[in-house]
Amino acid sequence: MNAADKKRLLREMLFARRFEERCYEAYVERKIGGFLHLYPGQEACVHGVMEAARPGHDYVITGYRDHVHAIKCGSDPKVVMAELFGKETGCSKGRGGSMHIFDVDKRFMGGYALVGGPFPLAAGMAKAIKLKGGDEIALCFLGDAANNQGVFHESLNMAAVWKLPVLYVTENNLYGIGTRIERSTAVLDQYKRACGYDIPSAQADGQDIDEVFKAAKKAVDHVRSGKGPYLLELMTYRYRGHSMSDSNAYREKEEEKEWGKRDPIIILRDRLIEAGEISEEDYRTMDKAIIDEIENEIIPFCEESPEPDVSELEKYVLAENDPYVKGGAQ
Amino acid sequence: MAELMYWEAIRRAHDEEMARDPLVIAMGEDIGVAGGTYKATSGLYDKYGEERVIDTPISEGGYTGLGIGASFIGVRPIIEIMSVNFAWLATDQIVNTAAKVRYMSGGQLEAPVVIRSPGGTAHQLGAQHSARMEKVFMGIAGLRVVTPSSPRQAYGLLKSAVRCNDPVFINEHELMYNMKDEVPDEEYFMPLEGSEVAREGADVTLFAYNISVHWSLQAAEELARHGINAEVIDLYALAPLDREGIKASVAKTHRAVIVEEAEAPVGVGSEVMAIINEECFFELDAPPLRVSAKNVPIPYNRTLEKASIPTAKDVVNAVLNMFGKG
Repeated sequence: MNAADKKRLLREMLFARRFEERCYEAYVERKIGGFLHLYPGQEACVHGVMEAARPGHDYVITGYRDHVHAIKCGSDPKVVMAELFGKETGCSKGRGGSMHIFDVDKRFMGGYALVGGPFPLAAGMAKAIKLKGGDEIALCFLGDAANNQGVFHESLNMAAVWKLPVLYVTENNLYGIGTRIERSTAVLDQYKRACGYDIPSAQADGQDIDEVFKAAKKAVDHVRSGKGPYLLELMTYRYRGHSMSDSNAYREKEEEKEWGKRDPIIILRDRLIEAGEISEEDYRTMDKAIIDEIENEIIPFCEESPEPDVSELEKYVLAENDPYVKGGAQ
Repeated sequence: MAELMYWEAIRRAHDEEMARDPLVIAMGEDIGVAGGTYKATSGLYDKYGEERVIDTPISEGGYTGLGIGASFIGVRPIIEIMSVNFAWLATDQIVNTAAKVRYMSGGQLEAPVVIRSPGGTAHQLGAQHSARMEKVFMGIAGLRVVTPSSPRQAYGLLKSAVRCNDPVFINEHELMYNMKDEVPDEEYFMPLEGSEVAREGADVTLFAYNISVHWSLQAAEELARHGINAEVIDLYALAPLDREGIKASVAKTHRAVIVEEAEAPVGVGSEVMAIINEECFFELDAPPLRVSAKNVPIPYNRTLEKASIPTAKDVVNAVLNMFGKG
């Protein structure tokens, strides 16, 4: 990563932060309904990993904390926010919502709301890549708590047996909803769990994008070279509760304060300022431009977009006019 | 027209589709080197290789999800789940992903997988190997459910299911793999919706599917000796059910008996009755009846097992009662 890349990443991460904070406000204003799981604190994870991969080319799948992953894959933030507003212009046409962002053109293959559900789906996409002979890889981003689902083990086993090109990224934010990892998980270091399947793995500091990138580069190179799956654990922290309905009362304020000192955006910002690449003034200007873009372009687009038409309620349940439903085109 | 066994018909459909399209794959437990518990994939491993005929670990949720993920980007997996009782372990992936992904992505993504699995009571396999799941899957929006009662249907339904862009669950039966019947020599695609008239009749309609079609045909022969001419409708498509076909037959015979191997609550019978109620209640000359399994986990003991599942005789008795001849 050169200085220009890092400046771009700083902007992308700051954009992700402001985007999510604006989601919070829109939720409080009741413009967004349902469950809303926000990403602040974890920005360096997806940005660092995808910087080492090929966004829009590699297939990416994740859980319900998915807005920023989609945007990093190349989704238009307006279309992501419109989905949260439940509008027809949303990426999933208002049928999905916050937990089901999809942008198949950008190869963002979705956000899924069953914890751990994407593990085998990612292995399946990797199997398809292998059958078709492409140079893509599949990347699956999930939290530490997902690793306690059975399909984690089933998927790692199959990925290893069949040497599938899949990178499993565990964003370890130390909590599964409101239960701290020590109280739910026998092995705290998640990368160690890959040993059970003879899958190479590593742990990296998920708050420092340089560290994430370095570890991810190694992981992506391994997977893309045809050597099979890899598991990368990134140590991170989410600033808000699990979702908007979570008061966060289960966490020690001291712990939150400590992690707040290691903010991924501030770490990168300070590093760039120290290197003389940007000034504090540049950063403030960048921040203002982002907030303006969100307020003046994204939010008005969402407000003005039409609701889905109730006459199309049953569209997308099944394929339309599939000839084989009638016995083929004989 | 050649006679094929049910398993041979399924195998032929696999073979033709795999020969045509290199992205059609087969996967499941013991389906490759071992050729499949019911031989439905025998010989395919040697012909198409281990990348396309995949012996999976015993991880139903995992490999079903893997097949669904592969289907997102162009692969057409035919997944065999050795017994439908094991499919409970895969229901999250089938119901929460395959059935819903088109809808929740606003039409961007689809999961064109085929999941084949035998259900039903065979020969003292006990509670965890004898159950049926079709009534669970037929209530799920976004999923198609079909259930062949003959080798011809088994072949034609699998052919269409592989090419259809929706996820299709095919409910087979452990006792039917060695059933032999005619299958057209030429390529044949069976519609994934609709029903078939298995026997024309005028006095009462026996609605049946899969193995209960055969019980109903036997019962119809016996009823003819009592002067009752029964029609048998084969509901080979369970989701969606053929409302028009159900209505047309009841409008003709004015009496309906639903014959199902599964236990009655929340099942095919209750659904067919609801359709009759909604579509053609005033055509009825008598209240519709269900002939269903007892509402018990299927017992091991041979006598108890037999007593838990309906027979052709139960169907005959139900109809005779309906006609006041019991």
